[in-house]
Amino acid sequence: MLNLTIKQLSAELAAKRVSSAEATGFFINRIKALNKKYNAFISVDEERSMAAARAADERIAGGRAGPLTGVPLAHKDIFCAKGWLTTCGSKILSNFVAPYDAHVIQRFNEAGAVVAGKTNMDEFAMGSSSESSYYGPVRNPWDTSAVPGGSSGGSAAAVAARLVPAATGTDTGGSIRQPAALSGVCGLKPTYGLVSRYGMIAFASSLDQGGPFARTAEDLALLLNAMAGFDARDSTSLEREPEDYTRDLAKSIKGLRIGLPAEFFADGVAPDVAKAVDGAIAQFKRLGCEAVEVELPNMKLSVPVYYVLAPAEASSNLARFDGVRYGYRAPEYSDLIDMYKKTRAQGFGAEVKRRILVGTYVLSHGYYDAYYIKAQKLRRLIAQDFVEAFRKCDLIVGPTSPTTAFKIGEKAGDPVQMYLSDIYTIAVNLAGLPGMSIPCGFGGGDHPVGLQIIGNYFGEARMLNAAHQYQQATDWHARMPQGIAG
Amino acid sequence: MSWEVVIGLETHAQLSTRSKIFSGASTAFGASPNSQASAVDIALPGVLPVLNKGAVERAIRFGLAVGGKINRRSIFARKNYFYPDLPKGYQISQYELPIIEGGSMTIMVGDQEKTVRLTRAHLEEDAGKSLHEDFHGMSGIDLNRAGTPLLEIVSEPDMHSAAEAVAYAKTLHSLVRWVDICDGNMQEGSFRCDANVSVRKAGDTKLGTRAELKNLNSFRFLERAIEYEVKRQIGILEDGGKVVQETRLYDPDKDETRSMRSKEDAMDYRYFPDPDLSPLNVSQQWIDEVRTAMPELPEARRKRFVEEYGVPPEEAKTITDSKDMAIYFERSIRRLVELNPAEWLADSDEGRKWYGQAIAKAVTGLVAAQINRAETEIRDYPVSPDQLALLHARMMKDVITSKSAREVFIELWEHPRNDESAIDEIIEKRGLKQISDSSEIEKIVDQVIAANEKQVADYKAGKEKAFNSLVGQVMKATKGKANPAQVNEILKRKLAG
Repeated sequence: MLNLTIKQLSAELAAKRVSSAEATGFFINRIKALNKKYNAFISVDEERSMAAARAADERIAGGRAGPLTGVPLAHKDIFCAKGWLTTCGSKILSNFVAPYDAHVIQRFNEAGAVVAGKTNMDEFAMGSSSESSYYGPVRNPWDTSAVPGGSSGGSAAAVAARLVPAATGTDTGGSIRQPAALSGVCGLKPTYGLVSRYGMIAFASSLDQGGPFARTAEDLALLLNAMAGFDARDSTSLEREPEDYTRDLAKSIKGLRIGLPAEFFADGVAPDVAKAVDGAIAQFKRLGCEAVEVELPNMKLSVPVYYVLAPAEASSNLARFDGVRYGYRAPEYSDLIDMYKKTRAQGFGAEVKRRILVGTYVLSHGYYDAYYIKAQKLRRLIAQDFVEAFRKCDLIVGPTSPTTAFKIGEKAGDPVQMYLSDIYTIAVNLAGLPGMSIPCGFGGGDHPVGLQIIGNYFGEARMLNAAHQYQQATDWHARMPQGIAG
Repeated sequence: MSWEVVIGLETHAQLSTRSKIFSGASTAFGASPNSQASAVDIALPGVLPVLNKGAVERAIRFGLAVGGKINRRSIFARKNYFYPDLPKGYQISQYELPIIEGGSMTIMVGDQEKTVRLTRAHLEEDAGKSLHEDFHGMSGIDLNRAGTPLLEIVSEPDMHSAAEAVAYAKTLHSLVRWVDICDGNMQEGSFRCDANVSVRKAGDTKLGTRAELKNLNSFRFLERAIEYEVKRQIGILEDGGKVVQETRLYDPDKDETRSMRSKEDAMDYRYFPDPDLSPLNVSQQWIDEVRTAMPELPEARRKRFVEEYGVPPEEAKTITDSKDMAIYFERSIRRLVELNPAEWLADSDEGRKWYGQAIAKAVTGLVAAQINRAETEIRDYPVSPDQLALLHARMMKDVITSKSAREVFIELWEHPRNDESAIDEIIEKRGLKQISDSSEIEKIVDQVIAANEKQVADYKAGKEKAFNSLVGQVMKATKGKANPAQVNEILKRKLAG
């Protein structure tokens, strides 16, 4: 059970060799036993999960099962799930029980999947280490003194530690791919607009995108099949024919052109990461891929551009947390303004406040043109670089993160260092492209290294095809951290 | 010193969509607090706005009605500020690229026409309401109104008196109802005006410092507030002072404006394009479809009424203040043309105009008076346009006098019947048929002359007024049923004799 992929578990469930109640009970017990160690979950509700599992078993018995029916999944605590505490890792939502399901949750419910719990995360998804959570830092299953990456660190750690077979996350600047890389699992950020943002608590609306974590590319494809699709409740959701993301998995990748941007292999990348990524590129060549050099000249601007645009949107998105209608309200205050000030001062953590301040500043009268407008122009240039690059190649490949997992507390006091850990992932969000990370080796301290694969718009099936073929030839994704036995 | 007043108006018209601009909740007025606030309206975490196409269609209708430019691409922006009845902490509005730019309206000030240019009209959402009573030191929040679609219509500073501002506001009020985009209910806040008022020395080209007046929820308050504010500003300037740019609230109880916040307190709204909403694209095809479904506009109809039916301009203006009234008027004329009581005028311009003027006079006179007195609307008026036409046909055929016609009106008002035959039945039943038998009239004239020696003497001494008095006596004696022309003629002949 411990190491079953979704694909395998699904087969076991369908053959009735195992019930969803058994599978769900197994993983809930693991969470109960191990969460103290990893702090990957904010909420577990055994009763609710078991009820869903029993319902799934009935569905299976009735012959109405799909590939995800009965499969326990963890969801980042940024997705509203009806009846579940939904905190976004923040004190300000520490008492918020969602009265409705996010589109993603609804889709998984319809597929018959079981919610096994809500995972820990950087507060409001702002961070790259999962240390800024009101619920304390998440620990990396490969090295509990190290971070799992972030912001979806709880989901990545939960999958790495086999607390669940798969999980969901969100990626605004790398928040799925970077923790996938640092925690040694697979994670995929879809094309912007492919997965509805309805019910996903907004950080930076023009960049946020939900996606899956799993241990294989094949599982990612199965999860994406359920998550993707048009939703009229999200005006940025794209109306297009549904796809089966598993359809191309088995295809040969002979002749596939792999773009290698020089910018991904420059000074900033740690030698152990570079070595593992080079090994992966060699493997792709052995599989018949053709390496092509491409350029992303404006990518170096992506971090500063991101740290103007994302905080600008966040400063406005987070204005609704004002203590008036729901969530935390300061216990004592003298008047309305005082209530706002105290509620937000007490309810938000330092990183969230920093970004609200930066965002408020860049949108202010007299600064708007110099920051916000300029950043928007650069965003278009960055996106244009990818358009040019994809004329020459089918996929772009490089490191997901410049380093492997760093120590808890190592970068917590240095926001700029922290921001730079997303240097290879942010441009993908700015361009709205799909990207994923898969394990490709280990660096110093036996910390996992992630390989980033970036596709063209709606190139998810092709990305998954390449990743799956790579995983057929390698076993990095099948490695298991020590000490997770429980 | 002579001063020139400069006024521009910003009007918020609630659009008459059944659901809100970004959510599916109902917009109906008067529901119990927060019963019409959806997850989107209360800004739960994770919810997203979805634009209501009906609101866009209404904005297009307005743009076409004022001859404005309908932007094929416009942008929704967030206006950020904290207030308890603004659930998201920002209002979704349009800022740099509104849906409508330019356009103009013709207003009537007395019998003078004047053109007021419009700057823009943009879509936005309404806020909720803060209720400060009944909560013992706290405030209640009602979010039923939050998300109601608004069209904010901004005029150029083209008005120069309170009267012009009121004429503009009334014309706009009538237009939004005419094109069916707003119910215009000012008590319920469906149509709200703010006025930007400044004064400058006559002949100056630079605008003076303005004050923005708020809380003007009736045309009367709009007028009073501007008049007060103009006096206040002139007073300051004549004393050598300076007008401060600020927002001022009109207090109808004290009939004055008072400072609400100055420019220094003005908030930085940090507008930026709303990333949750794509740019609003309006296709030419959509605009064309809306155009096809547009009614004839009030100004065009007013001009047509003047030309086609010879209606005096001011009466034409009154008739076209509401579409229902204009429809009533025209239907009545068409029936009268069919009935054609004055055969000798058949199918001529003169005939149509003669009919038109008669109906216009009735509609702006007796009909309008009865409606106003009863505080009702033309759609509920018990005399149908066909009945009005028939009544006129009977007058024109000398079947009844205009005085008797009034009795028919009153009878119908009290006992509504909508069939045309009601007219003749009432005339018959109440014995209102005109007396045109000259021998009968002569008999009555003889009696009146005999009984009014003094007036007869006065008339013969050259006092014309005495004649009118004698006519009155004859009419009284016939209960208003005598043909007035015959009475005149017979009386004159007998007095001369």
